Amino acid sequence: MSNDSTKFTRLPATDADRDEPERATREEVLDFWADRFGVPPETFDEHTFWERGKGKLWVYRGEPPSPVDVEALGMTFLRTRQEHWKPTLEAVQRFGEHATECVIHLSEGEAEAFVAGYDQELDWDGDWGYLVVTHELAGRREPIGVGLYVYGELRSQVPKGRRRELDT
Amino acid sequence: MEPPERYRAIVDDFAAFRAACERPLPSAVRVNTITATVADVRAALEAAGVAYEPVDWHEELFVLPDDSPGANWPYFHGWIHGQEEVSAVPAAVLAPEPGERVWDACAAPGSKATQLAALMDDRGEVVATDNNLGRISALRTNTERLGTTNIAVTHEDARNHSLKPFGGAEYDRALPFGGAEYDRALVDVPCSCEGTIRKNPDAFDEWSMSHVRGISGVQKDILERAVQATKAGGSVVYSTCTFAPEENEAVLDHVLDSEDCELVEFDLPLDHRGGVTEWQGEEFDPSVRLAKRIYPHFNDTGGFFCAKLEVTG
Repeated sequence: MSNDSTKFTRLPATDADRDEPERATREEVLDFWADRFGVPPETFDEHTFWERGKGKLWVYRGEPPSPVDVEALGMTFLRTRQEHWKPTLEAVQRFGEHATECVIHLSEGEAEAFVAGYDQELDWDGDWGYLVVTHELAGRREPIGVGLYVYGELRSQVPKGRRRELDT
Repeated sequence: MEPPERYRAIVDDFAAFRAACERPLPSAVRVNTITATVADVRAALEAAGVAYEPVDWHEELFVLPDDSPGANWPYFHGWIHGQEEVSAVPAAVLAPEPGERVWDACAAPGSKATQLAALMDDRGEVVATDNNLGRISALRTNTERLGTTNIAVTHEDARNHSLKPFGGAEYDRALPFGGAEYDRALVDVPCSCEGTIRKNPDAFDEWSMSHVRGISGVQKDILERAVQATKAGGSVVYSTCTFAPEENEAVLDHVLDSEDCELVEFDLPLDHRGGVTEWQGEEFDPSVRLAKRIYPHFNDTGGFFCAKLEVTG
């Protein structure tokens, strides 16, 4: 494994602190979650953001000196350095409860199909692009993962290794 | 002599012990309190039609008599993690507090590391080390699915664990506890796994004395490194899933001698016996009695060994 693949670099706070032009800033990340999903920036007050490789962001609770060379630092969080930034399923499951916009709520049957990896024709009158997908569990709306809504279709973005045919 | 016969002299009610070793163990799950409450999990399991039974000594554990944990909603959401009852013992005994720094020396596949993270309310830092990249991949899968953000994973031999990536000074053997900086450490070492016989029926067949002797040396070195890397006054929990005194009390006896630490008493609401102070003619430090042996026939679990040390100095 190359050195770069295990090197985590902390995101600069703002544009003024940036030394690598393509690297996202903490400010941009907070703005992304707030603008796209309505997640308040203070949700992440106790977390730091890190980039490994090109564009893969991680979220961590601690503050080790940057860069840090380890196998993993917290949880994968957000894919940047592309036109539309894409949250990970794990980030949405962990922080998606704070989302108020671009959230699509599925029925039980639709949720099961989504988790199994199927694309579905569904009505949605909000923005196209990446959505937080929720369903009802234990009496609350629980985020399942990320869907891509385009052309009247919700495309499951559940990674292959996470797909399940649930016994319900 | 091989297991189980070699333990006839130290196990109460040996016939019941043998019989228990032959009974399969049902699946159990731990509630991941980072993402859900015990009540959430009960509701979700009921909605999914999954039967569950509470576990007396630990309210966050459930036995699933009919199911494996992997194909239901609470699992998909990271609300539960498949973890045997006795496997939940060492992290509970270490009892880390939110905000502390904790080292899990042999962390893959991550059941105990993620339990530590949950006990810390996902605050502070768990450094989870393993020497095997394949097993680290399983650890990573679990840390992600369970939504933990305070676990850092390092790939290294625990015997040579470096504090450097996290800003600590490199351990300097010339200094007493030089560079030590963990509040607590969990040392759940690779072992001969005799206690997993109810899940792995081959565990006794694969047993060999030469493996026990070899692994016991590794266990001593890892426990030594953990004591060195933990602050004075901090705690280290040593655990195995084996009955062999060579891998349990003998390891403690060695490290009590070589490092500044002592065994301490702890509560364990599971039926158990104290550590053995003598084995095949060898005598151990009398304080190894404070360690706890869990046998399969006592609580209808797997077999386990657990000891708690305080770092002195």
